[in-house]
Amino acid sequence: MAIAIPKVYRSTVGKKAVMAVTGAILVFFLLAHMIGNLKVFLGADDFDHYSEWLRTMGEPAVPHRTLLTVLEIVLVVAVILHMWSATSLALRARRARPVKYQSRKKSHAQGYATHTMRYGGVIILLFIVWHLLDLTFHVVNPKGDGYTPYERVVADFDASRWYITVWYVLAVVLVGLHLNHGVWSAFNTLGWRTPRNDRTLRGLAFAVAGVVTLGFISVPLSVTFGWVS
Amino acid sequence: MVDAFYKSGEPIADAKAPQGPIEQRWTTRKFEAKLVNPANKRKKKIIIVGTGLAGGAAGATLGEAGYHVVQFCFQDSPRRAHSIAAQGGINAAKNYRNDGDSVHRLFYDTVKGGDFRARESNVHRLAEISTQIIDQCVAQGVPFAREYGGLLDNRSFGGTQVSRTFYARGQTGQQLLLGAYQALMRQVDAGNVELYPRHEMLDLIMEDGRARGVVVRNLLTGEIRHHTADAVVLASGGYGNVYFLSTNAMGSNVTASWRAHRHGAYFANPCYTQIHPTCIPVSGDHQSKLTLMSESLRNDGRVWVPKKGGDTRRPADIPEDERDYYLERIYPSFGNLVPRDIASRAAKNVCDEGRGVGPGGLGVYLDFADAIGRLGRKTVEAKYGNLFEMYERITGENPYETPMRIYPAVHYTMGGLWVDYDLQSNIPGLFVTGEANFSDHGANRLGASALMQGLADGYFVLPTGLGDYIARNNLGPVSETAIAEAETRVTEQIDRLLAIDGDRSVDSFHRELGHIMWEYCGMERTEEGLRKALELIPALRAEFWSRVKVTGTDAELNQQLEKAGRVADFLELGELMVIDALHRTESCGGHFRAESQDEDGEAKRDDENFSYVAAWEWAGSDEQPILHKEALEFEYVHPTQRSYK
Amino acid sequence: MKLTLRIWRQKGPGDKGAMVEYPVDGISEDASFLEMLDVLNEELIAKGEEPVAFDHDCREGICGMCSLVINGTPHGPERNTTTCQLHMRKFRDGEVIDVEPWRAKAFPVVKDLVVDRGAFDRIIKSGGFISAPTGTAPEAHSTPVPKPDADRAFEAAECIGCGACVAACPNGSASLFLGAKVTHLGLMPQGQPERWDRVVSMLETHDAEGFGGCTNTGECTVACPKGIPLDVIGRLNHDYIKATAGGRKQ
Repeated sequence: MAIAIPKVYRSTVGKKAVMAVTGAILVFFLLAHMIGNLKVFLGADDFDHYSEWLRTMGEPAVPHRTLLTVLEIVLVVAVILHMWSATSLALRARRARPVKYQSRKKSHAQGYATHTMRYGGVIILLFIVWHLLDLTFHVVNPKGDGYTPYERVVADFDASRWYITVWYVLAVVLVGLHLNHGVWSAFNTLGWRTPRNDRTLRGLAFAVAGVVTLGFISVPLSVTFGWVS
Repeated sequence: MVDAFYKSGEPIADAKAPQGPIEQRWTTRKFEAKLVNPANKRKKKIIIVGTGLAGGAAGATLGEAGYHVVQFCFQDSPRRAHSIAAQGGINAAKNYRNDGDSVHRLFYDTVKGGDFRARESNVHRLAEISTQIIDQCVAQGVPFAREYGGLLDNRSFGGTQVSRTFYARGQTGQQLLLGAYQALMRQVDAGNVELYPRHEMLDLIMEDGRARGVVVRNLLTGEIRHHTADAVVLASGGYGNVYFLSTNAMGSNVTASWRAHRHGAYFANPCYTQIHPTCIPVSGDHQSKLTLMSESLRNDGRVWVPKKGGDTRRPADIPEDERDYYLERIYPSFGNLVPRDIASRAAKNVCDEGRGVGPGGLGVYLDFADAIGRLGRKTVEAKYGNLFEMYERITGENPYETPMRIYPAVHYTMGGLWVDYDLQSNIPGLFVTGEANFSDHGANRLGASALMQGLADGYFVLPTGLGDYIARNNLGPVSETAIAEAETRVTEQIDRLLAIDGDRSVDSFHRELGHIMWEYCGMERTEEGLRKALELIPALRAEFWSRVKVTGTDAELNQQLEKAGRVADFLELGELMVIDALHRTESCGGHFRAESQDEDGEAKRDDENFSYVAAWEWAGSDEQPILHKEALEFEYVHPTQRSYK
Repeated sequence: MKLTLRIWRQKGPGDKGAMVEYPVDGISEDASFLEMLDVLNEELIAKGEEPVAFDHDCREGICGMCSLVINGTPHGPERNTTTCQLHMRKFRDGEVIDVEPWRAKAFPVVKDLVVDRGAFDRIIKSGGFISAPTGTAPEAHSTPVPKPDADRAFEAAECIGCGACVAACPNGSASLFLGAKVTHLGLMPQGQPERWDRVVSMLETHDAEGFGGCTNTGECTVACPKGIPLDVIGRLNHDYIKATAGGRKQ
């Protein structure tokens, strides 16, 4: 199947721009998702009500679950494009250096986060698959269909299933690292980074990464430690 | 006795420079030169050897003009040519400072600076063109230093009293070369220039007394190939590496020029060597090259040595009254800013007196303590920061805290292949530009003039004379015999070098030659020393041809083989330089004969007997060269003994 | 100083190549890294062995010809320094030093430590210039250039084209090299007419040469002997996106 990809997106810079834009979409999604998650601390009713609202958004102007479906499609497309660009750049990088260095090549720049982008991205993808099977399709959730979202969350991160919490926290930390480099990197990719705003952008990336990480891990940890039940 | 080492030949006249007022000669020549029909240019092939300022500019210009240019360089890219290392700046008579500069003043300064051994017509043309060069480079996007108002900045440089030097921090050569390189690559892209990097010219193809092509070796594969053309341009740089240690790049060589010389091209003024006063001293036997520190350092640094010899105290421990600021003492009006040749020899003199500093006593201090005190460390850092860093990287000493140590080193060679006003050598069809020719600097080159000359030749001068030659000569194809002869000469020499399989490395010969040249034909030359060198060099050459060890084969990248060929040529050139130095019993510019000095030890010219260009004709290996004199006449700048006191 | 060198030896482009160990002794701390290799080569020649081929020319840090990945770092451990300006006092006596060529598909090894960097010339050829035929230039002062622009352009123009950025980049990208030229010419008023076509053409050549894509790791700018800042890549991206998505390209 040949898809006609415009020349500009076949260029290395074009691919990075695709990653930056799709990454931005995903960051906004993460922030919204995180805010929703935090409703768990307001109690079961608030949380479940919010969950229901997601499906009824836009009614009665549009039929049930329309906006959510549109959002889902946007997200799936964003994830696919993000991955397509990343994979294609990674393969290109591998081809660009067919003979490896014999001595361990030293890294001198940036931080640890930069080097987690590729394998971190793959782990994050695996996590997303598990996460969807868990709390969207309820396949691997201990409660499954017929329970409220709140009940499923509480059951999921029960202290007896501590390993699920650990897995979740690890994945979220990787997401945090991904954002710590990715948010800043997106600005450079789009040519919006200057020597003057560099510190600000690094701060922004760190803040976004920190907020997202803390926001997401607070829920499973609270359940596991019994602060939310 | 005097004639024992050379023969005299017919005098030569540079007939191409038009007569009339000097301001109009170039205009006249441009008008009188025949033009090539634009439709025919594509069919005219021109070979250019070298891609520095002179070669790169020529390739870009001739390609743009529509000629079919074939260009070679031995480096892996045209951008690596050694012009890139020029630091200080480029002169132009723009008079942007309104400080009294003019074309005539630049002309005057250059003739005087050259110690009255350059042609007035050539120098005037150079001064005229200087302003166009700046326009051209700015249009190419060369990022010259600018003032806050957005206009170009200037500085005073190398002993001139006007500010006419344009610069791009300490990397002017780099920026100008990249401008020429980019213009050249544009012509490569347009299909007007065929470019062959990592190709070395090893011989000239001659037919009917004309230069008709070159034989080159592909340095990656060892393949020998010929290229024929309507004319050949050599822009292959200077030969300072004959001294082994110099500020030249490791690959800089005389081979292209020398192989042309062996076909009859005259080599002019080979003994005029510029020794640059501000280089980092030698640190040990491992030394492979010397690093220049920009002359601009002398604007604020003070040069001194201890008053008494053998003083091994740290410089900071030597009190003010025990220091000898010898340049300020001897030359009160110019002080530390005296021209290069004078500053260099003064350094040599104090070191010869045993007052030199650093390892081996071959160094003098260049002290910034006063400047830092007066201007503040910040200002000094802004002006010279990158130079100070470079010094610290190389020596491990911090020049903000302890004075720099400097010593003179071979930097530029004013001599080169003889050319007429059109830059054509005495071989028809062979043109020579930039440092490879001898034309504009006389016996001494002023600071910031080399870039000016290289670009003037390449962008503006060469196209006129070359076009005239092309227009006047409709040449047919080159015969197979002429090509085969040249190729055979090349392969025979390579085979011979590889077959010796001796026991001494190429470098060891080069080092030894360099030592002889520096010792006897360096900053100060004497009859006795030169005669000694004249015995040592042929002996070393004979040893080279019987004992040199060249590893590897001819069918691969073989850096030893490349080097061996170049050293073989240096071994012949060195002898010619000594002969030239020996025959010129006067002192002038970059040639100081101990026998010819005044009571203060200053250089003494002998205008009566030596006001000429010495153009040497090759007579064969181990044969005495033939001297052709081109008389120099001075109508506009009357020779005076230079005085910088 | 006494050192153990492990040097990449490769007879020719088709050869597989391997690290070979050479002990050297009596090296002066004041010698440069290349002078240390000169000493080794003299010893090899004396023994009748083939000397190590490496690229070098000016030996004063400006021509960009020298290369070498030393202990995993292009141009060795000292920042903002080319291999030719690196001195042995930066190493410890007795140290084992790995010496390798630049490794990238676009820079094939020719022999030992020598690589072919012709790809850089081809990138410049595809648009890294301002079209100004000789003799057509207007008076230099007719177009003032704001000093900050001139200074930033100069900073980018300092690139020596050595290829350390490619050698250092985990992706084998030449974005720093490319960005430096796009920035230099794009900041000068003289470079505006060709600005958008230039960036598209040069990037296409960069990609076609087999260099990797930039992922903003920043390794290039640290390895760069001239300290070319990462902003030049931002500018490259900005100009490229504007030229293509923004429709500026002719």
